[in-house]
Amino acid sequence: MRITLKLYATLADYLPPEARGENLVRLEVADGATIDSVVAPYRLPPKLTHLVLVNGLFVPREERGSRALREGDVLAIWPPIAGG
Amino acid sequence: MSWARKILRVDLTKGTCTAEPLKMDWAALFLGQRGLATKYFTAEVDPKVDPLSPANKVIYATGPLTGTMASTGGRYSVITKGPLTGAIACSNSGGYFGAELKMAGWDMIILEGRSPKPVFLHIENDHAELLDASAIWGKSTWDTEAWLKKHFQDPQMRVSGIGPAGETGCLYAAVVNDLHRAAGRSGVGTVLGSKNLKAIAVRGTKGVGNVKDPAAFMKATAAAKKVLADNAVTGQGLPKFGTQVLMNVINEIGALPTRNHRDVQFDGAKDISAEAMHAPRKTDGKPNLVTNQACFGCTIACGRISKIDESHFTVVNKPQYWGASGGLEYEAAWALGAANGVNDLEALTYANFRANEDGWDPISFGATVGAVMELYEMGVLKKEQLGIEAPFGSAQALAFFADQVGKGEGFGKEIALGSKRLTAKYGHPELSMTVKGQEFPAYDSRGIQGMGLAYATSNRGACHLRGYTVASEVLGIPVKTDPHVTEGKAGLVKAFQDATAVFDSSGLCLFTSFAWTLQDVAPQLQAACEGDWSLDNLNLVGERIWNLEKEFNLAAGLTKKDDDLPPRLKKEAAKTGPAKGLVNGLDKMLPEYYQLRGWNAEGVPTAETRKRLGTAALE
Repeated sequence: MRITLKLYATLADYLPPEARGENLVRLEVADGATIDSVVAPYRLPPKLTHLVLVNGLFVPREERGSRALREGDVLAIWPPIAGG
Repeated sequence: MSWARKILRVDLTKGTCTAEPLKMDWAALFLGQRGLATKYFTAEVDPKVDPLSPANKVIYATGPLTGTMASTGGRYSVITKGPLTGAIACSNSGGYFGAELKMAGWDMIILEGRSPKPVFLHIENDHAELLDASAIWGKSTWDTEAWLKKHFQDPQMRVSGIGPAGETGCLYAAVVNDLHRAAGRSGVGTVLGSKNLKAIAVRGTKGVGNVKDPAAFMKATAAAKKVLADNAVTGQGLPKFGTQVLMNVINEIGALPTRNHRDVQFDGAKDISAEAMHAPRKTDGKPNLVTNQACFGCTIACGRISKIDESHFTVVNKPQYWGASGGLEYEAAWALGAANGVNDLEALTYANFRANEDGWDPISFGATVGAVMELYEMGVLKKEQLGIEAPFGSAQALAFFADQVGKGEGFGKEIALGSKRLTAKYGHPELSMTVKGQEFPAYDSRGIQGMGLAYATSNRGACHLRGYTVASEVLGIPVKTDPHVTEGKAGLVKAFQDATAVFDSSGLCLFTSFAWTLQDVAPQLQAACEGDWSLDNLNLVGERIWNLEKEFNLAAGLTKKDDDLPPRLKKEAAKTGPAKGLVNGLDKMLPEYYQLRGWNAEGVPTAETRKRLGTAALE
């Protein structure tokens, strides 16, 4: 199935160089792939995968190893950030 | 005692400057800056005063930690009755002016009356005098600062004042210091202009050498700085990306108010984000962002310094805008961009430069332009009135109005009155995205429910800096809560509001609260200041400040009906994204909030609450 992975702020450095401009890669992953399995190849520091959203909804850390993604999902990840 | 224990009273009508001792019994109850100035203001000013009459006053106030070695200890606030809202106004600024004022030996300046002619206030340590401002009246904030520094032959002088917007009656004129830091909201600059006071120029060489226990203070501030440095937000995220890092997040969660809150997601968000500011431009290969910048004593350094592409239509043949200057923060980028559907980063940066230069609030301006564009698309406003075609997404219209608004030219004169007055004049008050007459900031309360309550109950009108529940509901600071539910939000809003009042009264920057809690602030205050600054007392001080502001608003004539949101947010559901189908559930949160505050069903503090906090109804 196809999903979209978006990495923002300092996490963009973990994307392939050609993907950094758009902050995203479109991926073909196995059916039932979990969040953790999708991001594993990118070697993101666990402390920096703070805000994890699937289709804009927050996924708690304890669900990221079991939560199965679905066709067309958008997985977006930020390190700890804030503004105002 | 880190208070200077001295205030400067300036009678602009008589032209006198008088020193007074600070009321330390009030400092023990209200700490400093926002809280203590509110105490002075509410004690001295009739809540029903016309904000632009000589009877209104303006207080410049520092906090006890302003000018000290505490990280971010450079803040000051400007307190008055706001012309945009008719409510209490309190705007906070960084830069270097606040610390300079404190190092000149002053906790506060109380400005009263109205000068018969334009003047500026010159302060050099203990010496203060009003001087003729005819040479700078009408000038921009940038030219005013340059003139004053040249006039006094002092490049280290710090200047805070108004641009043309504060002189022409723009109801959201800002007070700007250090070229691009601002007490930006609620029209505090408009009140300064009504008093014929152009600027305050200050030089302080005394330092702040009266901390209670210097060794303990050094230890406490060092420990607190380590917390900031070790925190991923304040140590890494904010310095590199600034507040603008939020643009893509808030869009992704479907809470980015777009095209006057018609939508909650903006296709062009990525083009005006922090990431876009870092990316090389196609035109000249250079990024918009030049560097970050820190205010006095700050170890975070979230400020943005940007350069506009010299070939961009906004600055062609305008070399005065080719240099590096204050760049986009998230709020300005949203208001000038998503709120109008404009995704041209350079045009937004230009409008932001003009806001700093002419001295107006980019949030209220941008949101008002959003209402104008909606009225244009409805056919209510025409090109002949506006002077330009103004559909959503028009960077040309944005820049056109940004050039006009400060000087009160063309249709800019109407945009300068804010969206409440403008939409009412053209028969569509429902299109004003405001609370108490002040425009919303950059979070849609259909997608972040707690912010609806925070906006509705904010004492200075719609504002994100009075109770930033975004931290919890979106960013997980200090703990993650669900942004789509109303349950638990009353307590969350109250906790954020009270804690914020303490940060705003200390001299510290609110952004430290992304890493610090009041438990990190308490030891710094305790080491610097005489009195009880334990965590328990600080919580009480914050609540007391909030309630005193509320008492002023009630006495000014505001009621429960002013604690409300525009119908669009309560009736028109979010169309896309995770919040699709949701409206804000204010009616579910407000009664519980009043109850938690110890207020009656009409939002009036009960006798018991007043007794507990030592506040009283104002007359």
